[in-house]
Amino acid sequence: MIWCCASRNDGFPVRQSDGLVRWRAVKKTRRLGSRRSLIAVLLFLGVACAHAQPIVIGSKKFTESYVLGEIAKHTLNDAGISAEHRQGMGGTIILWQALQGGQIDAYPEYTGTIVQEVLKTERALSLNEIRDALTKFGVGITEPLGFNNTYALVMRRSEAQRLGLRTISDLRNHPELKFGLTHEFLDRRDGWQPLRARYALPQQNVIGIEHALGYSALASGSIDVKDAYSTDAKIGEYDLITLEDDLQFFPRYDAVFLYRLALPAPAVAALRKLQGALDEKRMIRLNAEAERTKNYTRAANLFFGDDRASTMAPGETFFHKLKRWTLRHLELAGISLVLSVIVGVPLGILASRGGTIGQAILGFAGVMQTIPSLALLALLVPLPFFGISVRTAIAALFLYGLLPIVRNTATGLQDIPRALRESAIALGLRPMARLWQIYLPMASRSILAGIKTSAVINIGTATLAALIGAGGLGEPILSGLNLNDHATILQGAIPAALLALLVQWLFDLLDRVVIPKGLRL
Amino acid sequence: MSALVQLVDVSKRYGGAPALHSTNLTVERSKTTVLIGPSGCGKSTLLRVIIGLTAPDSGTISFDGSQITQANIDALRHRIGYVIQEGGLFPHLTARANILLVARHLGKSPEEMRKRLVELCELTRFSNNLLSRFPIELSGGQRQRVSLMRALMLSPELLLLDEPLGALDPLVRASLQKDLKEIFARLRQTALLVTHDLAEAAYFGDGIVLMNGGRIVQQGSINDLRERPVDPFVSEFINAQRTLAEI
Repeated sequence: MIWCCASRNDGFPVRQSDGLVRWRAVKKTRRLGSRRSLIAVLLFLGVACAHAQPIVIGSKKFTESYVLGEIAKHTLNDAGISAEHRQGMGGTIILWQALQGGQIDAYPEYTGTIVQEVLKTERALSLNEIRDALTKFGVGITEPLGFNNTYALVMRRSEAQRLGLRTISDLRNHPELKFGLTHEFLDRRDGWQPLRARYALPQQNVIGIEHALGYSALASGSIDVKDAYSTDAKIGEYDLITLEDDLQFFPRYDAVFLYRLALPAPAVAALRKLQGALDEKRMIRLNAEAERTKNYTRAANLFFGDDRASTMAPGETFFHKLKRWTLRHLELAGISLVLSVIVGVPLGILASRGGTIGQAILGFAGVMQTIPSLALLALLVPLPFFGISVRTAIAALFLYGLLPIVRNTATGLQDIPRALRESAIALGLRPMARLWQIYLPMASRSILAGIKTSAVINIGTATLAALIGAGGLGEPILSGLNLNDHATILQGAIPAALLALLVQWLFDLLDRVVIPKGLRL
Repeated sequence: MSALVQLVDVSKRYGGAPALHSTNLTVERSKTTVLIGPSGCGKSTLLRVIIGLTAPDSGTISFDGSQITQANIDALRHRIGYVIQEGGLFPHLTARANILLVARHLGKSPEEMRKRLVELCELTRFSNNLLSRFPIELSGGQRQRVSLMRALMLSPELLLLDEPLGALDPLVRASLQKDLKEIFARLRQTALLVTHDLAEAAYFGDGIVLMNGGRIVQQGSINDLRERPVDPFVSEFINAQRTLAEI
């Protein structure tokens, strides 16, 4: 299990096995009351997320970044420095924020991206200018690793030959072509809009599509042109051609490592060994190897002249991985659900009284649910307490889970007939006794239905936690998506669906325990 | 003559519409006082004001000599029983749990509660072995008996009944009327009963209070109302309730 923050604490190394042991210890003391065990869980998370010892390398969500991350880890390990690689954490902003927040110590980046996205300037900067600018953020930069992975527009070779297209300028005469571009490229300052303006491209049919899916779309003819990285192994694999950037629009994207200046000198020295060590041809080969074998560690080992299969992934069986994913998934969904219940039911009780406060509570919970889950994760990442961590995933799931619980609690309470509500008052029961003995039991069916909805939603949404490296069943889905490998996607998708069904079934059983018999007749 | 409840100048408006004009009423100890009148005449409002479900806009209500306030209403509610038309039983609690709810809340001893429950079952002619049933498993008449037991559990000085028999069929209604009257007599119970049925009012009422449009129109015995009506409305109300013989 990747206790992504567990391995980052000071003087109290909590590793996966310790975590499990402690989790079990918590379960054994259930007699002490569920409140205590919950506090223990929260404390555990807090302690686990404290601070760092091994060097943490981050990578973006595409093959080359994964491979470079593995290479960095390998290099550090060779230098006797303990390092771990948190794969595929997301896009530039998430990685940059994580680096600044100290959740990661280094990650592979490209000079063009640094200038455009991080420093946000239109000017072409020299490497020294970039280095000076980054120092202000407490971030250092290595020399280029040796290859330029710039953006490129790619097409099917057959289609390009049929239309006689060779350069990006040639696209001007073919307004009917369909473009499928990554979301990042669509929004980048060096992306689609300025490119379109520079070349005066007439195409109107432009959609945003995930990078790996875009290749399938291109192969199947759903789109005709997509953005790619010039060292992308898929260019060869799908028999695509790169359209020449005849107006020199794309800036240079020399691969470098960014690292925190606070990093110990030996670690920096180890990373600097990679400077100038990777040319384009070699990188394309490593990328191709990674995609062919679905194994980034193996591709990285190839760089070190070590392609023995025995040194690839430490022999983790599928069932072992499945167990790891599933446990983490349940942890994410479970803790967030417990928090949603603890907060959601009292909020629902308040909301049931109506008035401004009630409206505000229901409004807040409603708005939370309308924020796309991906956006919610991205919004939480820059906040000081959260960053790239399990906490962020749990917080996002918690916010998602609130609405069904708040709304069902409020509705359940409001649906209690007035005559019964007044009977409770007329009997002279104190407000707390009315709530606990009369109102909540009567609303229990509705409240439980809300919790059930939240639980099932959480199981599904928790797959997105993998986007910020929080693990769970989203991990295989994400790598499968990235590798365009359906079998891997299903390894995550099927267990997640089964888990949702199981949870639903367990809640149906719970109905019989929690809902008073008199309400079930 | 001793008054248990005294309402002085009590009035209530809902929105702009007056539900109760300035009203005075005295509820005598050990008597059954019946509030009667057409729908919306304010008779239920009067009951609700006494038990504190509706706060009056003006006037004072005193119970056993002391004025009812927000501070003492919860304690006073334990000295007042309240029965409504649908029974007001909590569906998630068994008949027994409904009856014992407040006694448990007040921490009465199990022995004391058990003894009282036996007494109440005997008093209301309710079979012991129905006590573990849920309200939905009981007939309408059985539910009203349980509701009555719940109201009588703490031996309240005052019993308020808001159309307690209104939803029952005539046979069940007749037998419950008879039982209720016996219970009131046996307990020398002070009761304030709301009904719109004149025969029921005449059957129970030591004193009848006829209301209309948020005011008390006339108070007295059924004979007073029939023979000395103070207002054409009184005669109209009495004549509207035909007996079988007239048809």
